[in-house]
Amino acid sequence: MTFPDDVRYASTHEWAREQDGLVTVGITGYATDQLGDVVFVDLPAVGRKLAAGDKFGEIEAVKTVSDLYVPVAGEVVEVNTGLGDDPAAVNRDPYGAGWMLRLKPSEREAVKALLTSAAYAQVVAEAHP
Amino acid sequence: MEFAGFEMPVRYSGDVREHVAVRTAAGLFDISHMGEFEVRGSGAGAWLDRMVTNQVGSLAVGQALYSPMCRPDAGIVDDLLVYRYDDHYMVVVNAANLGKDFSWLAEHVPAGVTLEDRSDETALLAVQGPRAGDVLRGHLPDAALELGYYRFTTGSLFGAPATLSRTGYTGEDGFELYFHPRHAEAVWSGLVAAGKPHGLELVGLGARDTLRLEMGYMLYGNDIDDTTSPLEAGLGWTVKLAKGDFLGRDVMLRQKAEGVSRRLVGFQLDGRRVPRHGMRIASAGRPVGVVTSGTFGPSLERPLGMGYVEAALAGNGTALEIETGSTTLAARVTARPFYSRGTHRS
Repeated sequence: MTFPDDVRYASTHEWAREQDGLVTVGITGYATDQLGDVVFVDLPAVGRKLAAGDKFGEIEAVKTVSDLYVPVAGEVVEVNTGLGDDPAAVNRDPYGAGWMLRLKPSEREAVKALLTSAAYAQVVAEAHP
Repeated sequence: MEFAGFEMPVRYSGDVREHVAVRTAAGLFDISHMGEFEVRGSGAGAWLDRMVTNQVGSLAVGQALYSPMCRPDAGIVDDLLVYRYDDHYMVVVNAANLGKDFSWLAEHVPAGVTLEDRSDETALLAVQGPRAGDVLRGHLPDAALELGYYRFTTGSLFGAPATLSRTGYTGEDGFELYFHPRHAEAVWSGLVAAGKPHGLELVGLGARDTLRLEMGYMLYGNDIDDTTSPLEAGLGWTVKLAKGDFLGRDVMLRQKAEGVSRRLVGFQLDGRRVPRHGMRIASAGRPVGVVTSGTFGPSLERPLGMGYVEAALAGNGTALEIETGSTTLAARVTARPFYSRGTHRS
């Protein structure tokens, strides 16, 4: 499995992409493979302030449910309301249409402290020796 | 995933895709992990009737039967299938219970009846779905394709001597096929090739669970176990109190006369949050039971589940609350099967 280089990663299987001062967050293709078909994503209210590592929601797949964590601190400025009608976008396009929320980060460049795609690939490889 | 000592496919192409294939075309399941025991001897049928709650004595040769097997306190040791051949019986048990069941039966087996574990010599594949007959046509004897539900015959399947059984765990038409594992590769590849024109998909344990749950079928270890009785589980139709003595009968007679204090119910939910095994069930904030199975039903496009609740709350339409830990979901008791458009023969 390959992981795109234009985002950074958390070991809890979320990704973060910094663009124009905002950080977009979603979950990785590895996470969606593990979860299987996603049927619902519970997202936070716009305006909510989150610390790095805070739970921001839950994701329901057919077979299992999992918590979602923000990789960096910030205030939620937008959530992907399109997932309400099309939760399968998370499976289909985890790094694109399957994005979950946008944060106004508390610290600039916090994303750069997250895992690179190579480091994250190593985390995944260690989970499946 | 490892399950009961087997490396099991949980998912091939995706839970929903596999599920939908079985509802609309056909699916191929490798369920060789199931256990098979052979029971022989002139008293075999009478003995099995003492061991299980359903009536083995009523079986014709070529007929199969679903039954719980209970302890004296009516707790369910396992739920199983009994097949009546012309000169013996085959008992098919859950993989996770194989050792427990064999010991239980061996403890009770009388002189003149022999019990043998044939699990290592038995592979089991299931072809399920409205097009299962199309997949198999030409590959097994025509007589097998005419079998009624819960009937079986023996015959050749891609060169393998096989038991061809019109049974399943999906609610759809289909067959369960028993044969020696030395033929497994030939039968598997034969079925895959035969199924190609009919949309046959490989199906893992994930979709097997969503399919059975849409039908409200029991999963041992989730919905029933050593602490639940068939009457609590809504399996009263498999308990033949009038057939003569059997293990657990006294307790079940009393439960029938006095009523049970809890019952397994099916429930559906609006929205898309899914009930899960172990979540608490409440009524007006008061704890009244526990979820035993839950999933998102791909064919119903809604969440559903089963669980034990106080008997007074078991009526259809009763409002229940499911506590997920982070939120409370509204559910209502629903008749099973949840999915009633299945093509299985009745």
